[in-house]
Order: sequence, then C-alpha cells, then structure tokens
Amino acid sequence: MSTDDGIHVLIPTPLRGFTGGEARVDVHGGTVGEALEALAVKFPGLGERLHDEDGQLRRFVNVFVNGQNVRDIAGTATELSPGDEIGIIPAMAGGDAS
Amino acid sequence: MSDAASQIEGIASFSLPEAMRAAIIEQARREAPRECCGIIAGRDGMPTRIYPTTNIAAGNSLYEIDPAELIELEFREMPAHGTELVAIYHSHPVSPAHPSATDIALAFWPDALYLICSLQKSDFPQLRGFRIRDGAVTEVPLVP
Repeated sequence: MSTDDGIHVLIPTPLRGFTGGEARVDVHGGTVGEALEALAVKFPGLGERLHDEDGQLRRFVNVFVNGQNVRDIAGTATELSPGDEIGIIPAMAGGDAS
Repeated sequence: MSDAASQIEGIASFSLPEAMRAAIIEQARREAPRECCGIIAGRDGMPTRIYPTTNIAAGNSLYEIDPAELIELEFREMPAHGTELVAIYHSHPVSPAHPSATDIALAFWPDALYLICSLQKSDFPQLRGFRIRDGAVTEVPLVP
C-alpha cells in the first residue's frame, strides 16, 4: 500500500469516513489536481467534498503541499514530486455576517 | 465517526474547565471588535488543551482559522499528543451566543462542538455550546 514513489495524502478527521478511517493514503499524480482525482477515484464520494460542480477546489477546502497552501502556489496545477505530502483541511469558519 | 464524536454524541452536556472558559472570554475581549477563534483538543470527548488561533477573515463579523495552523494542529500537534479535536470556538462581539446562518452553512466539522462567546452584554459575556450537523443546531449545555 505505502510506496516510496507515491504522493502521501493526509486525510482530516471529517473525511476519514470515506477512507475507511485511514488518516494517510498514498496515490500517484504529477500535479495536485491529478493526485486529488486519483483520491476521488479510489474513494467514491470524496471527490464531491473537495470539488464543486465545475471541478474547482471548493472555497472552504484548503490543500497544502509540503506545508504550503496550493492557493499560494499554482492551485491544482501545482506540480508534485514523488514523496511529496498533501494535507487536506476543511475550513473552520463562520461568523456573524449575514 | 471518531471516538470523541460518539462520546459527545451520547452525553447531554459538555464539561468545559473554568480556566478554558476564562481563556476564551479573555481572548474574545482582547481581539474585539474582531471575532476571535481557536480549538480545544481532548481525549474521549474531554478537553485537555486549548489552542488560540489566528483569524484570517477580513472585517469584524467573520472568522476563518488560519488553515496553515489547522494543518499543523490536525496532522502533527494533536496526533503527537494522542488527542483529537473536541471543540471549535469563536466570538460574536456584538450579537448573541447562537450560531448565525454563516456559522451553520460553514460547519464542516460535524463531530466537533461549536462554542460561541458573545460579548453583546459586555459585562456579562456568555458562552454556549452547539452541535451543528447537516444544518441542524442542537444546544449542548456547558458544565464546569
């Protein structure tokens, strides 16, 4: 299951229901988009939690590569190297704005 | 899904240590008029540690915990301490301690208890706890 040449994806607790409770899964992909797509294929239902109807990363889902927010890099086009670590984190947000 | 969730699910109240209650109110006052935010980690649904976090949202009526801090807490800090997320807190500087429409729409952590600290009555800060799941809000009474 775990391979040295894969991309390691850290799954946050609210999404572990899709991964059978696994906190870390390995996928392959040359970009963040490809890795997330591989993840969505591997775990049905997970993709809809990450992407909107247009295939864009949801506003309130953040994806980090090796500790850096992909929105500050190249978004889902951010390139990956074997052994890279992706962290997915849904927002903790809200407030009194109507 | 998680152990903490099932634990909290089955109880009718949430035990919040007085020191944590005081810390949340103090942070809310310090950061007003902006909303403050943070999380509480614990074991088996019982709080063990409070982590104040940075609110990266613009303006005075929104909060969004810095996702870089969340990544660190969720994937490094809490696992290293054998804890898990128990509660998420934020303040309402000028409105009641009840989830707003925005709070409900953006509740992406259904296993966590959402704590809201109201400073609406400045001399009487109010802290209340809610479970927010699929748009439904259920109050969970806080006890010391």
